[in-house]
Amino acid sequence: MTFVLVLAFDTATPAVTAALHDGERVVAESTTIDARRHGELLAPAVEQVLRESGATLRDVTAIVAGTGPGPYTGLRVGLMTATALALTAGVPAFGVCTLDALAYAAEESGPFLVATDARRKEVFWARYGDPRTRLDGPRVDRPHDLPGELPVIGAGGAMYADVIGADRIRGPLHPSAGALAALAAGRLATLSEEEAAEIARVPEGRVDSVEKARELSVLGPPRPIYLRRPDAQVPGTPKRVTA
Amino acid sequence: MGRDEPIVLGIETSCDETGVGIVRGHTLLANTIASSMDEHARFGGVVPEVASRAHLEAMTPTVESALAGAGLRFSDIDAVAVTAGPGLAGALLVGVAAAKAYALGLGVPLYGVNHLAAHVAVDQLEHGPLPKPAIALLVSGGHSSLLLVPDVAQDVISLGSTVDDAAGEAFDKVARVLGLPFPGGPHIDRAAREGSGSAVAFPRGKYDDGTLDFSFSGLKTAVARWVEAREASGEPVPVADVAASFQEAVVDVLTRKALQACARYDVKDLLIGGGVAANSRLRALAQERCDAAGVRLRVPRPGLCTDNGAMVAALGADLVAAGATPSTLRIPADSSLPITVVHV
Ligand SMILES: Nc1ncnc2c1ncn2[C@@H]1O[C@H](COP(=O)(O)OP(=O)(O)OP(=O)(O)O)[C@@H](O)[C@H]1O
Ligand SMILES: [Mg+2]
Repeated sequence: MTFVLVLAFDTATPAVTAALHDGERVVAESTTIDARRHGELLAPAVEQVLRESGATLRDVTAIVAGTGPGPYTGLRVGLMTATALALTAGVPAFGVCTLDALAYAAEESGPFLVATDARRKEVFWARYGDPRTRLDGPRVDRPHDLPGELPVIGAGGAMYADVIGADRIRGPLHPSAGALAALAAGRLATLSEEEAAEIARVPEGRVDSVEKARELSVLGPPRPIYLRRPDAQVPGTPKRVTA
Repeated sequence: MGRDEPIVLGIETSCDETGVGIVRGHTLLANTIASSMDEHARFGGVVPEVASRAHLEAMTPTVESALAGAGLRFSDIDAVAVTAGPGLAGALLVGVAAAKAYALGLGVPLYGVNHLAAHVAVDQLEHGPLPKPAIALLVSGGHSSLLLVPDVAQDVISLGSTVDDAAGEAFDKVARVLGLPFPGGPHIDRAAREGSGSAVAFPRGKYDDGTLDFSFSGLKTAVARWVEAREASGEPVPVADVAASFQEAVVDVLTRKALQACARYDVKDLLIGGGVAANSRLRALAQERCDAAGVRLRVPRPGLCTDNGAMVAALGADLVAAGATPSTLRIPADSSLPITVVHV
């Protein structure tokens, strides 16, 4: 078997989480919940999991980051870090939908939803047939517009328990990089080197990463899933200063 | 200049420009810029989320092209410097994340630096080491400050700043009133060449108040009033004359206070930096007044005045040379980093 060491992290939710996976198991993991300090916490977390497992970046064979959807400022920290580390280390960087990592850690036997906080009274969500199979999404909607009945994994469910129904709420609340790494390592093991290289290549210009993520399901390029357009208004004529 | 001087990679993402520069000491090796300005222009100002998205897209290709331009490999980089603030929070964060990852990945020191100090330090790439002390007039889209600079790598003192609009902001707002595109500075500069700076006597805020502060908001309103009155009376607006007279009012105050600062602190070297330093009339009037006062003037070429990565690399090189303590991987991006904090 070829040597595998996957460095994974996710910053698309309040969890800043990093992990190393050797193809068989998670060898180190670090998670801090702090929605406002992704930029401060991620690089030290990466340094820490490397140190704890006695590895260096030179040993890493693939870098994987959660592509969201998630609040954009934090989300970009993870993707920028993955792309930049990959460039210096000369290894491929991949993206995995953050909701897929949450789903992968779910202990559900039947279908379920995953939801995370999208702020502005909305949630990012997706529907799964089982922990490895996304059937619909990711999308962004108000919590009361989520399809009824199914259990809801993730903080996006728990924070709107009054709307969704407390009996539908399940854990985990946040994604873990360990689950992200395990999911990615499993998928990477099924790919040829050429296929992996094709996925990791960041396409020129702006490609709709949502489409890309759907089409490739689990593994995609390390590009953000935004789901919303930037807020911006084209101004009218300048305001008059005289009446 | 020598082979043994450190090679520093500089990353700048405080506003709409993704700037990547590479220097060896004070020698410029590469200065690559990807701008998202075209995407902002129709909004009449920089849209923070649009800028942040563009930085993430542009960073890797911009770094690769800077390395290629300098004929270097990543492994040649000795240190990474990055703008840690001030600027747009979300935009800064992309650059800071990238710089931390490059530093971590390469195993080299990281320096989080002040954008404004970098605007001062960049001149050394063109004109050599800064005299100590120097007075710096920093005029950009977000700032208008007079600084006493005993040592750009460790000690920058604020002498005064704008109490309302920045000079570049005034240029941009007046350009809108005159129907010129965003960003307005270069358009006003161009239009003004066909007009007379004394056609309209616009007010000069804080001209004789004895402080080293500026105010441009009253001037901007006065221009708008004048233009509206003209339109109301059905007469055509003499765009070139208004542009020239507005510009004259701005650069008159800027240069007057800059030379007052030189006199007050008995400093014989004045440096002008920031995007507005690209203004041709500001450069000309500053030269005239410096010559009359026996002050040496330094203004970097326009390409180094507006935001770029080389300025960050230049300040990084100074920090390395001064033996400054590198930043940790924990540093935050600080959108309101005070000018007195040269590095974090
Ligand atoms: N020739 C010119 N004359 C006057 N103003 C100019 C000229 N060229 C550029 N500017 C102005 O410079 C500003 C941009 O400068 P710069 O890129 O340094 O600043 P910024 O990034 O907007 O702000 P800051 O550096 O304060 O964060 C704009 O307001 C622009 O109109
Ligand atoms: Mg600037």
